[in-house]
Amino acid sequence: MISLDIHKSLRAEGGVMDLRVNIYIEKGEWVTLYGPSGVGKTSTLRMLAGLMKPDEGSISVSDTPWFDSAKRVNLKPGLRNIGYVFQDFALFPNMTVRQNLEYARKKGGNGNLLNVVLEMIELGELQDQKPASLSGGQKQRVALARALVQEPKVLLLDEPLSALDPAMRMKLQEYLGKVHREFELTTLLVSHDISEISRLSDTVLVMEKGRVVKKGKPSEVFFKQQLSGKFKFTGKVISIEKADLMYVVHVLVQEQAVRVIATAEEVTDLKPGDQVMVASKAFNPLLYKLDI
Amino acid sequence: MDWGPLYLTLKLALATTFILVLVGIPLGYWLSRTTSWVKPVIETLVSMPLVLPPTVLGFYFLIVFGPEQFLGSWIDKWLGIRLVFSFPGLVLASVIYSLPFMVQPIHSGLSSLPNSLLEASLLMGKSKWQTLIKVGLPNIKPALLTGIILSFAHTIGEFGVVLMIGGSIPDKTRVASIAIYEEVEALNYTTAHTYSLFLLVLAFIVLMSVYLINGGYLKRFWR
Repeated sequence: MISLDIHKSLRAEGGVMDLRVNIYIEKGEWVTLYGPSGVGKTSTLRMLAGLMKPDEGSISVSDTPWFDSAKRVNLKPGLRNIGYVFQDFALFPNMTVRQNLEYARKKGGNGNLLNVVLEMIELGELQDQKPASLSGGQKQRVALARALVQEPKVLLLDEPLSALDPAMRMKLQEYLGKVHREFELTTLLVSHDISEISRLSDTVLVMEKGRVVKKGKPSEVFFKQQLSGKFKFTGKVISIEKADLMYVVHVLVQEQAVRVIATAEEVTDLKPGDQVMVASKAFNPLLYKLDI
Repeated sequence: MDWGPLYLTLKLALATTFILVLVGIPLGYWLSRTTSWVKPVIETLVSMPLVLPPTVLGFYFLIVFGPEQFLGSWIDKWLGIRLVFSFPGLVLASVIYSLPFMVQPIHSGLSSLPNSLLEASLLMGKSKWQTLIKVGLPNIKPALLTGIILSFAHTIGEFGVVLMIGGSIPDKTRVASIAIYEEVEALNYTTAHTYSLFLLVLAFIVLMSVYLINGGYLKRFWR
């Protein structure tokens, strides 16, 4: 469906970065771009949307050329039929929630869609409020709803959940998964969050310095060892302390800090801030029902 | 008591402000979006009236638009407008003279809006013009208001330019600031007082309205 083969020189930290990306995305597929900041993930998204012009290459969607440097084709952003959710949400402050959606609605589009979307994303009660009075999670939902009423074929999400707390993230991941399926969208996400990626995407592309260096299912890409145990959590290393012969590594899993004992060998290439997987397989887990 | 100069001052300020809105919005928008190399040149030209003595502007205006000059005679012949010692000439000079007061607030207001707002609108298939009217301008209302009021107030306060190119023709180019000067010269202090007090009060009201509206005081009061 989406075939993108582009090249652009970008000004980046410490000189010029050469962005060369060649990807193909199936219809209905959910693909995530993963990698550190400044490797060209957002730029790739912006070039697909037509907000940034590649130096050379081609982009075509459903066999329609959107960009072709050789043939001087460069379709305007407004004609690409894309739903784009920005990192800062980009809600129009002068309009209410409903007006934001009405402004975005396609001319001659499905008249009832706006109400369907409002209901589906549970925004009915907020529809007459201005964005300034909404919480981060609510703004995020409005931004998603606004992208959907454009009746896009392609949904582009630029770190849409990075500003939210973990509980809100979980909830919104549900919404995202749901709209992807129900609207039969082809979705391209930029994300740093491994658990989010594992939960939502079919394919993950790992980017480094302007190149896609790894591609595959999230489980293949992130969890090298295939373990038999079912306990796998991803987290971030907070600190590494030496305790006698062993090391104690504090890992942040979701919003909980966990202590893990590690050998000197295991911590050699670990440093605070690293993403790690915590897995366990040699015990029988206990289950307690929680009354919340 | 001749109300002519006060009436003429208000008429000039209104006409100038109206034209400046039409010129300032596209110009401010263009400056906020362009990356062209001519941008600094245009920015400089727009800001020149801030530092130049008004007499310099008036002098060149006379030179360029004088009836015996090429451009002046051409405009006179083809458009039937004489720009020197006339009201239209006063308006044109005032537009140039107050240009920075309209363009700069709009330029900085639009520049301070997140890019993503305008990009989101473009992605919805809206034209740049629609985006400016529906998204850009409504979100920089304070800047827009500041531009309008300052242009208006600045035009009321003009003296040098008006004197150079308008002369002092009653009911045509004799605005209040010039009338005051002449009344003082003629030792008519009472009339000078009246005109001056009127301008003083007008300037106070106009400027205070900016601070009241932009400071949100009125909203608080009305709530």
